[in-house]
Amino acid sequence: MTALLELHRVSKRFGGLLAVHNLSFAMREGEILGLIGPNGAGKSTLFNLINGVYAANSGRIVFSGTDITRERPFMVARHGIARTHQIVQPLTNMTVLENCAVGACFGRENLPLGRATEAARAAAAVVGLEDRLHLLALHLTIAGKKRLELARALAAQPKLLLLDEVLAGLNPTEIDHMIAVIRRIRDSGVSILIIEHLMQAIMSLSDRIVVLNYGQKLAEGAPAEVARDPQVIEAYLGDPKLAAELEGKGGQGSGAHG
Amino acid sequence: MSLNLLRRPFFWIITLVIAVFAISPLIGNDVQLRESLALAAVYITLASNLNLMLGYAGYINFGSIVFFGLGGYICIWLVNAQGWPLGLSLLAAGVGVSTLALIFGLGILRLRGAFFALSTIGVVEAVQAFVQNFEPWGGSAGIYLSGQVFQPLGGPARALWVIYFMMVAVMGLSLYLSYAIKTSKFGLGLLAIGQNEDAAAILGVPTPRYKALVYSVSAFLPAIAGGLYFFKSAFIQPADAFDLSLSTEALVVAMLGGQGTVTGVALGAYLYEELRGYLLVSETFSHFQLVIAGVLLLVIVLFFPSGLMGFIYSRFPRLQKVLE
Repeated sequence: MTALLELHRVSKRFGGLLAVHNLSFAMREGEILGLIGPNGAGKSTLFNLINGVYAANSGRIVFSGTDITRERPFMVARHGIARTHQIVQPLTNMTVLENCAVGACFGRENLPLGRATEAARAAAAVVGLEDRLHLLALHLTIAGKKRLELARALAAQPKLLLLDEVLAGLNPTEIDHMIAVIRRIRDSGVSILIIEHLMQAIMSLSDRIVVLNYGQKLAEGAPAEVARDPQVIEAYLGDPKLAAELEGKGGQGSGAHG
Repeated sequence: MSLNLLRRPFFWIITLVIAVFAISPLIGNDVQLRESLALAAVYITLASNLNLMLGYAGYINFGSIVFFGLGGYICIWLVNAQGWPLGLSLLAAGVGVSTLALIFGLGILRLRGAFFALSTIGVVEAVQAFVQNFEPWGGSAGIYLSGQVFQPLGGPARALWVIYFMMVAVMGLSLYLSYAIKTSKFGLGLLAIGQNEDAAAILGVPTPRYKALVYSVSAFLPAIAGGLYFFKSAFIQPADAFDLSLSTEALVVAMLGGQGTVTGVALGAYLYEELRGYLLVSETFSHFQLVIAGVLLLVIVLFFPSGLMGFIYSRFPRLQKVLE
């Protein structure tokens, strides 16, 4: 297995706050890697470091063998990394199709407009927005906007997808739908790095989990191992009963923490 | 792409507008109509190109007049002092101003929102101050052309017609350009920048390059229009060439018609020019037109943010499929 994404001792400081501190991990191709940790642990900062919104103070980020540590967001997108935002960022006065076409035009494939529109249609269909192609993004519901975030990222035909809390704010039916979509995306060969607070969901989706706390790696491993780790239980899960549930012994407890 | 363009109805609507502009004053040799349409063509040129920045990329440029004025100066100077033919001087003005805009743009387009808007006023003031003190361009006295320069165009009377047709051609090119950009990948990237620049960059739109490029492109045709306008009056001075009120009027026009649309901006420019012409000659309102423009801008911003086209589209949604 080759490493798709490698972080080598990456640090990011905001004034006196060390948001990410000496963080290293690697991600394999085709993997779903879950990123969990309490609020303020540095998860979203990490996404912003990977796709170039922030510049790291030290360390290296390598994607597919290319050093992308110093690259601007639009260059990172060209390499094949796409992301969704925790707070949705639709291009409000553009249609669903146009939103997706932007992703397809300027993403990894750098498609001309005509073929980008085709790719945009396909991406919208994957997330179930195919009947709302000509609706302005501002008229979508929150669930719709979340799907649009995903469709737009997919339209870029990325190698790596960064998902920042795509399940937050959705109802149980919508969550089930979204989880199915994420699985389908992975099956199509896209690697996924996912931040999620819904523990049940991320434990079942992820192949491996990295736990962050105060910008540092607290634990890394298979979901069951991580859920059993006493340090993780103390710092994040808090509650041994919830941890037991996540190991698969418990019932339907949802357990959104943090 | 270019062949597809010929099959779209909107391409032919633009062509029809150009034809009407070119032919209607010829009927009955109507010089008064020609002068009024010439001014309308200049307004449409300025507003359409401003719209590339304002309506597409979402950047408010208060200094679009600097392209017009500088283009005028370069052209007049080349014709007068260097003895270049008009056509070549116009082209040089367009290329020169576009290049300058590209260089300026890479600098000031790092700013956003109100800071960018302010910096564009700074550009006008700086260029005006430079020209006022630049002796080869006559300083604050400006440059006068002799009647001789009209000889190659067949004497003053015929030259006015030639200049008029060139102005209409520049207007037509502005409309085609607005349309072509709007339906291109470049245009899609610009619209994305206009909606949410950070999200656009994350989706891969090369924002610094696109912004500088559109700033530069939006300078080309206004510079040529400036060359024609001042060649026609045979006189240029800094106060006329860099008149901030014309910049403001161009903004009013673009917002009146509906920023981001090709039709609306052209329609807004035409209507505004007609209104302005009426106000200038009416005794009660003479030199009152800027007050009216100001009030108009307030009303549009408060009550009709999507302008004339927003109103038309809401009444006749089907037109959205034909017009751009």
